[in-house]
Amino acid sequence: MADAQKPKKQIVPKKNPMPAQDPAVRSRNFNEVALGYSPETAIAEAGRCLQCKNEPCRQGCPVEVDIPAFLKLASEGDFAGAIAKIKEKNALPAVCGRVCPQENQCEKYCTLGKKHEPVGIGRVERFCADWELAKGVKLPEVAPPTGFKVAVVGSGPAGITCAADLAKLGHKVTMFEALHVAGGVLMYGIPEFRLPKAVVQAEVENVKKLGVEIEVNSVVGKFATVDQLMEEGGFDAVFIGTGAGLPYFMNIPGENLCGVYSANEFLTRTNLMKAYQFPEWDTPIKVGRKVAVLGGGNVAMDAARTALRLGAEESWIVYRRSDKELPARHEEVEHAHEEGVKFAFLTSPTRIIGDDNGVVKAMECIRYELGEPDASGRRSPVPIPGSEYTMEVDTVVVAIGQGPNPLVPRTTKGLEVNRKGNIVANPETGATSKPGVYAGGDVVTGAATVILAMGAGKVGARSIHDYLMAKKSAK
Amino acid sequence: MYRILEKEVFSPIIKLMVIEAPKVARSCQAGQFVILRIHEEGERIPLTIADFDREKGTITIVFQEVGKTTEQLGAMNAGDSLRDFVGPLGVPSHIEKFGTVMVVGGGVGIAPVHPIARELKKAGNHVIGVIGSRTKELMFWEDKMREACSELHVTTDDGSYVRKGFVTDVMKEIIEDRGKENINLVLAIGPQPMMRACCNLTREYGLKTVVSLNALMVDGTGMCGCCRVSVGGVTKFVCVDGPEFDGHEVDWLELARRGAYFREEEQKARERAKEKHSCQCGCGGGK
Ligand SMILES: Cc1cc2nc3c(=O)[nH]c(=O)nc-3n(C[C@H](O)[C@H](O)[C@H](O)COP(=O)(O)OP(=O)(O)OC[C@H]3O[C@@H](n4cnc5c(N)ncnc54)[C@H](O)[C@@H]3O)c2cc1C
Ligand code: SF4
Ligand code: FES
Repeated sequence: MADAQKPKKQIVPKKNPMPAQDPAVRSRNFNEVALGYSPETAIAEAGRCLQCKNEPCRQGCPVEVDIPAFLKLASEGDFAGAIAKIKEKNALPAVCGRVCPQENQCEKYCTLGKKHEPVGIGRVERFCADWELAKGVKLPEVAPPTGFKVAVVGSGPAGITCAADLAKLGHKVTMFEALHVAGGVLMYGIPEFRLPKAVVQAEVENVKKLGVEIEVNSVVGKFATVDQLMEEGGFDAVFIGTGAGLPYFMNIPGENLCGVYSANEFLTRTNLMKAYQFPEWDTPIKVGRKVAVLGGGNVAMDAARTALRLGAEESWIVYRRSDKELPARHEEVEHAHEEGVKFAFLTSPTRIIGDDNGVVKAMECIRYELGEPDASGRRSPVPIPGSEYTMEVDTVVVAIGQGPNPLVPRTTKGLEVNRKGNIVANPETGATSKPGVYAGGDVVTGAATVILAMGAGKVGARSIHDYLMAKKSAK
Repeated sequence: MYRILEKEVFSPIIKLMVIEAPKVARSCQAGQFVILRIHEEGERIPLTIADFDREKGTITIVFQEVGKTTEQLGAMNAGDSLRDFVGPLGVPSHIEKFGTVMVVGGGVGIAPVHPIARELKKAGNHVIGVIGSRTKELMFWEDKMREACSELHVTTDDGSYVRKGFVTDVMKEIIEDRGKENINLVLAIGPQPMMRACCNLTREYGLKTVVSLNALMVDGTGMCGCCRVSVGGVTKFVCVDGPEFDGHEVDWLELARRGAYFREEEQKARERAKEKHSCQCGCGGGK
């Protein structure tokens, strides 16, 4: 393979393509789109790495995975070594390899990417993680019991990571989850065709094997408050990773018509409740002929692509800014295009119109243009007067963002939140204003990414461990 | 898994179950609800808590068979288990000493009204109970309601039991008889048309009326917005802002329409379940 003679390593300009389902076929099924590298391709792709001394890729990784090191191991065919290297920093590589916005992180800084295509770091990461999952993950060692009990609230990437790290340190961890399965957005939000639920459940199973108890159907703030968990439940510390699950709406007329869904409802019905298998599964969903999705992030792309798979003839992304500002992962936008999702840029709805039964039949939109650059240098969109037009639609999915669910903050004494309702936590430690209570993930940052939530879970675990050890020596 | 400890059949379509759910029973209060799922492929449906026993760790639910899930639930028995059972959800009823409170239960709504009536009476209110059902066969918990209320009035739509008339007829008589100034609050729970009719009546008298809304739900924690309803022109989530709202402010038409959006699918699921049943139960499809 790649010869290691430093100065004149041969440059391979292009990424090895990711094998994928044919767009025409996949836009009608829920199977995973990207099929994953073969061992040979993974070795070849890892071999493209130049092993730069200054490791620019690593600085682009929010959790600083030792990327050149794992790529080197992978290029030598040592996948066990590669995955071990990744896992020093990233607890959920099978998930992150699939859903991280690599083009804004590691791959953005890759030296090769300056003139050519960057190394497909995420693709190699995914391969190594899948290789390990298929083989059966070797469980890390668990420290002897410390006698401390920790409650983790929420089982998204932040909670799962925090729980796993704490369990490894010997603490007794119970993870409380409001829904009937663990996994958070990975289960209810991100679709099967992008992140198979079996991959998520494999991670959840691994956490259980470390001795973490998972109590589903447990809404903290309802069956018990955080204070009660600490005072009556005997928990010595609490980590809050409840995510950003509260859907925002546009506040335009007609938003409560039948056929208007929040992206959360649309995706939860489909992913968590498996409405795409109705009537074998009980939960229904309706999409009709033409669907409009409002927004331009990952959530919007997921909803638009889901709509096609549920049988919509046309699926539109309606976005207020231009294609350059789309916040979604690059690959998702590309996949959406390939599958036939249509885009109405510089467009925003002004009202939704219903028929005699209160069901959506159309949406009135207004066109925007990019105005003068503002103070930040960004050209913000301004409406063009008189440009209103009507778009016939059967379904509208609102995907303009989510905020933190207020349930836990509202019921926890002395927990400081900011103006947007996010829990205030020290970014270095995850410590909140309440002693013994730590927080991380979307509930702190607002809707962000899996890798950041995972990182925050790790930080929280380390701080909780320090807190408990200090408590012990104070005794 | 959550075990069904007891089952009581009030009528062919109205059934009671006592469910083992200590976590819910520990902290639930009158007016709150649970969401349950029968099996792995099941949908999540909300049911208002009809009673609870903290010591025994049990929750009582009473339901009417109106769709696939409630029909399947109705076919289950003591000893069987539910896949999921989560709660308590929603905001508890606001209990204080109002003075005289008229508490109205229509049909299966008699069940959720019961613990609220009991709490209101405990708080020192004079509780006028009014319960009604379509026909005698569908009436239940008259005894429990008599105990929970200070006085109880019973009616049936068809006159097959006690008297003939809708709950609104009884309410009107009481309001006229006692004087609207002598009633401080009305609380009505039952099918949407019944609650709406109650609100139309009490609006004429300017009597504040609290209702408990049964919207479609998925998560029940404020995550999806499926349960949204306009109250006083503002969008609310029934699962976290409710289920109780000022009935005079509720957009009933919107609520009814949103509730009916999946009717076709519900019908399909129901028929399919029946077909499947007739193939599997050994009855030969009833032939
Ligand atoms: C559709 C969609 C697509 C996305 N795509 C990507 C992507 O491609 N790449 C990427 O990096 N990120 C993506 N994200 C964002 C990413 O999923 C989130 O940033 C991440 O999941 C946040 O993790 P978390 O652990 O903080 O919270 P979550 O994953 O939101 O998990 C929180 C959990 O807490 C539970 N919970 C909430 N309240 C309570 C309570 N009171 N008691 C008990 N449990 C509670 C919730 O039910 C949930 O399971 C996407 C998000 C969505 C919605
Ligand atoms: S920047 Fe790119 S080429 Fe350089 S070490 Fe990182 S992955 Fe390899
Ligand atoms: S049921 Fe999902 S927000 Fe109320």
